[in-house]
Amino acid sequence: MTSKLLIKDKDIVVPGEDLAQGMDFLPSAGSYRDGDAIVSQLMGMVRVDGKVIKIIPLTGTYIPKRNDTIVGQISDLTYSAWSIKTFSAYQAMMSMKEATSEYIEKGADLTKLYDIGDYIVIKITNVTSQKLIDVTMKGPGLRKLREGRIVKVNSNKVPRIIGKQGSMVGIVKQYTNTQITVGQNGIVWIYGEDAKMENLAEKTIRKIEAEAHTSGLTDKIEAWLKKEVAQ
Amino acid sequence: MSYTKRNDGRKFDEIRPIEAEAGVIKSADGSARFKIGKTVAFATVRGPREMFPRFMKNPKRGVLRVHYQMMPFSGVGDRIRPGPNRRAKEISMVTANAFSEVIDLESYPNSVIDVFIDIPQADAGTRCAGISAAAIALADAGIPMKEMIGSVAVGKVGDKLAVDLDYSEEAYEGGAADIPVAITSRTKKVSLLQMDGDVTREELNELLEKAKVSCAQINDIQKKALKDKYEVKK
Repeated sequence: MTSKLLIKDKDIVVPGEDLAQGMDFLPSAGSYRDGDAIVSQLMGMVRVDGKVIKIIPLTGTYIPKRNDTIVGQISDLTYSAWSIKTFSAYQAMMSMKEATSEYIEKGADLTKLYDIGDYIVIKITNVTSQKLIDVTMKGPGLRKLREGRIVKVNSNKVPRIIGKQGSMVGIVKQYTNTQITVGQNGIVWIYGEDAKMENLAEKTIRKIEAEAHTSGLTDKIEAWLKKEVAQ
Repeated sequence: MSYTKRNDGRKFDEIRPIEAEAGVIKSADGSARFKIGKTVAFATVRGPREMFPRFMKNPKRGVLRVHYQMMPFSGVGDRIRPGPNRRAKEISMVTANAFSEVIDLESYPNSVIDVFIDIPQADAGTRCAGISAAAIALADAGIPMKEMIGSVAVGKVGDKLAVDLDYSEEAYEGGAADIPVAITSRTKKVSLLQMDGDVTREELNELLEKAKVSCAQINDIQKKALKDKYEVKK
C-alpha cells in the first residue's frame, strides 16, 4: 500500500484529523498512530519534516520542561526551601542550597533573601513524572527581579518573542533601551529608566505576541519601533 | 392527532441551524459558544491548573471537572435557581464521562482541567449543546484529545423518529422519547447515551444511525469554528 500525506505543511489542524495514511510516516509530538493512519491530537500547525509529522501547538498553558529558564514568583516558605509559583499547573520547590552560594545561618529569616511575592528568574533542573519541579538560581542571569514590570504572554509565543538567537528581543532592548527577561513560561520582565520606553517595550511585546504567526516579523517590528522611537 | 410534521418545519432527520465560535471568552484558556436552534451553550476551559481541594488530586492522571449550569433566566417558565442541583450534577458527571474516552489526562498528573458550561438560553438539548461547546473549548485550550466529540439528542415524537428535538417536541402530549447521544468524530464511538421515554430496540438502532449522521455535521461545524479562529491570523 502506498503512503499518502493528507495535509500540507503548515496547515492548521484540529484534534482527530487524519494527517497521513500508511506506514511510511512517523507520528511525533502532538500526533498518534491509529492503525494505518496518523492522527492529530492537538489544535495546532502541522510540520512535516521528511517522514516525521508533528504538531506545533498554537494554544495551551505552560508545561514545565527541564532546562527551561522561567520567571517565577515566591508563593510560600518552608524551613529550608522556597515554594515558587511557575504560572503552570505545578508549583516548584527551591532548596536553600540552590538559592544562593552565600552562607545562611541556621534558623535565619529566609524572607531576607526572597520574600513572598518576589519575582525571580530560575532555571528548571528537573521535572519528575509526577511533575515535581526542582529549580535553581545558580547560573548566569538567574536573579531576583527588583524593579520593572511583569507582562504575561501566551507561552507558545515565547520562541517568537525571543527570536533566532535572541534577535527579536535584542531589537526591542536596543530601540527602547530597556532590560528584558523572557521566561519560557510566558512571563516577561521589562525594566527601563524611562517609563515611556518601558511602555513602548510592553506594547512591542504585545504586538509580537499578536502577530507571532506572520513571517518576516523581525524586520517589521524593527521598522515599527524605529518609527515609534522617532516620535 | 398524530405528529406528522415538525412544528418548525424541519425534516425529521434535520438538525436545527447551528452557530459555533471558538475563543469567545478572552480571559479563559479556551472557550466556545455553541448555538443550536434556540439553545445556546457557552463553554469555558481553565487549566490544566493546580487542583484544589488538594485531597482530590490524582497522582496518576489529571482530573476533568465539569460544571454545568443553566442560568436563572434561561428557561421559558420560572426563574431557575442557580447553583448545582441534582440535574446539573448529573449532567456535569455524564459530560465528564463523555470526554474521558478521548482526552489525554495522563500528561497532567495532579492537576485539574475545569470546564464550565453555562446555558443562557434553553430550548431542549442543553447537555448536547454543552458537550459540543466543551469539545471546541477543550481543543481551543490546547488539551490533547484523540478526537472531537459531537452531541445531539434524537428521539421519538408521537410515533415519528426525529433528530434534535426542541422543547415543544420533548413535551409533546402524545408521548415523546428523548435520547441524548454523543459520538466521537473519528472512530464513531458512542460516549454518551441516555434515554427518557420508550423506544423499541429497532428504533433505537435506527436513531443511533441518524445520530451518527447529525454528529458528523456538528463535527464539521466545530472544526470550522476552530480553524476560523486560528487561520484568519495566517
